[in-house]
Amino acid sequence: MSHISSLSAHGMQKLARNPVIIATFMALSLAGCASKKGLPNNAADLGLGANGANGANAKPGSSQDFTVNVGDRIFFDTDSSSIRADAQQTLDRQAQWLAKYPNYKITVEGHADERGTREYNLALGARRANAARDYLVSRGVPASRMRTISYGKERPVATCDDISCWSQNRRAVTVLGGAGM
Amino acid sequence: MKSMIIRTLFMMGALFALAANPAHAVVEININKGNVTPLPIAITDFLAKDGVGKQISDVVAADLKRSGLFAPIDSKAFIEKITNPNAAPRFQDWRTINAQALVTGQVVKEADGRLRAEFRLWDTFAGQQMIGQQYFTQPENYRRVAHIIADAIYEKITGEKGYFDTRIVFVAESGPKNARKRQLAIMDQDGYNVRSITNSNDIVLTPRFSPNHQEITYMSFEGNQPRVYLLQLETGQREVVGNFPGMTFSPRFSPDGQRVIMSLEEGGNANIFTMDLRSRTTTRLTSTAAIDTSPSYSPDGKRVTFESDRGGSQQIYVMNADGSGQTRISHGDGSYSTPVWSPRGDLIAFTKQAGGKFSIGVMKPDGSGERILTTNFHNEGPTWAPNGRVIMFFRQNAGEAGPHLYSIDLSGYNEQQIPTPAYGSDPAWSPLLD
Repeated sequence: MSHISSLSAHGMQKLARNPVIIATFMALSLAGCASKKGLPNNAADLGLGANGANGANAKPGSSQDFTVNVGDRIFFDTDSSSIRADAQQTLDRQAQWLAKYPNYKITVEGHADERGTREYNLALGARRANAARDYLVSRGVPASRMRTISYGKERPVATCDDISCWSQNRRAVTVLGGAGM
Repeated sequence: MKSMIIRTLFMMGALFALAANPAHAVVEININKGNVTPLPIAITDFLAKDGVGKQISDVVAADLKRSGLFAPIDSKAFIEKITNPNAAPRFQDWRTINAQALVTGQVVKEADGRLRAEFRLWDTFAGQQMIGQQYFTQPENYRRVAHIIADAIYEKITGEKGYFDTRIVFVAESGPKNARKRQLAIMDQDGYNVRSITNSNDIVLTPRFSPNHQEITYMSFEGNQPRVYLLQLETGQREVVGNFPGMTFSPRFSPDGQRVIMSLEEGGNANIFTMDLRSRTTTRLTSTAAIDTSPSYSPDGKRVTFESDRGGSQQIYVMNADGSGQTRISHGDGSYSTPVWSPRGDLIAFTKQAGGKFSIGVMKPDGSGERILTTNFHNEGPTWAPNGRVIMFFRQNAGEAGPHLYSIDLSGYNEQQIPTPAYGSDPAWSPLLD
């Protein structure tokens, strides 16, 4: 019944305990905001659709032309990687534009909203990027020009806590050049 | 910097003569009863020539209190002032304030600069010493000594191993939601001694300890190539795990530390692979046109639990370690993810999504006995304390810009926030350090 019924003299026992010594080889650097440098996608700042205010001024064949006049991103339903009808129109325009400007390589980035678990969302983002890539291939964009990457739920563009933001974050973004190209 | 904590058990024969009949000993806690009434315990300031005595006993008290199983008594109520750490206390003085257990101790600075920390745990109603130990360590390790003492007390009274001399590796997040900076960081289980172990602008996720807690496996987007890495904590040396054609993610060590199990994404599907860290051979365990991820070994290494959406929604599966016998075990409403096998082997912890809420729960490895521990706007990513009694996870409340770390007892009681410098996610609990 008791854990302490036996209290006979303890043997003198020496145990070496080796604490893990963890070299502090990096300074704690939590202060300061992350630089956006290196982020390939600045489309959020330029507007999401084809009717951006700067569209008329964009130089044909430029990144701005693609983002604003063609539309660089498509959106998905919750937990889905199906290409919606509105997304097909955007991808069709992307394919036409990419046929016209064949020197661009592209990266298709897949993203998920925050209403899922992290690891699953990495895979879900990959599924969306692949769905967009496959659609572009079906519209004649050579697979060799494209790569995909998933950021899961780690790079939201809209930061509120309701469906208006979540629906903007479930996206595949076609980035000219883009990560690692 | 390399230092040791040396423990010796006291020879306390002389004091045992004071002991009453051991059959009268009443100090024990049965953790299995669920929501236990915390045991009143008096933890006196450890005697010392400087503040380190009280510093150590304060950490001991905080650990025991945070466990939810102990209720340290306010020192203002103490009647006896402990002046001789080697003498038996006046048990009646402690019984009077209903202290069922009493902790006394002292800290002495040795000639070589080390600290000698001693403590005794007394059963006040039986009138006898339950345990007495001493430790030698460098002064900067005083918190570790305190955690080791708290573990000894916890184990003596509950009959279960403690979990205080452990660390947490997690993703330290800072900055706004749409420009979040993420570092891997390690801290003591109580949130102290936080230090970053990565420093870059790359996204780093899902760190997990090796069984000997000397290595971390994690995922990094370094070079825009999302892959699983291995980090040696002592040297800082990093390497990519395997040479896979797609994104690798969701890594975890096997219980023997010889393999890393993870997901490989190809063409939008994710399947589970292992890599043997010695031979570098890779083995495919699942082969579906679906998302199979979050693999976690049973403690005997014979089975693996993972999540898959092969049936349409995320559900938990169990398979043999060779990939055979894949069986769905979750059958409730909603979707289930991030299964993690308990170190005791008896339960699998998970994240559950249902009705727009995220819960942390547990079920038996055959899927029976599902129990939800906590539900909120967003709870995710459970990890087990090495004794299988406490679960840590991360939570983002609605309207908050980032997540924080929480722990909860297996009973579903005693929820606590673990302090971190800014936001925190993906906690992973280390084994007991030694």
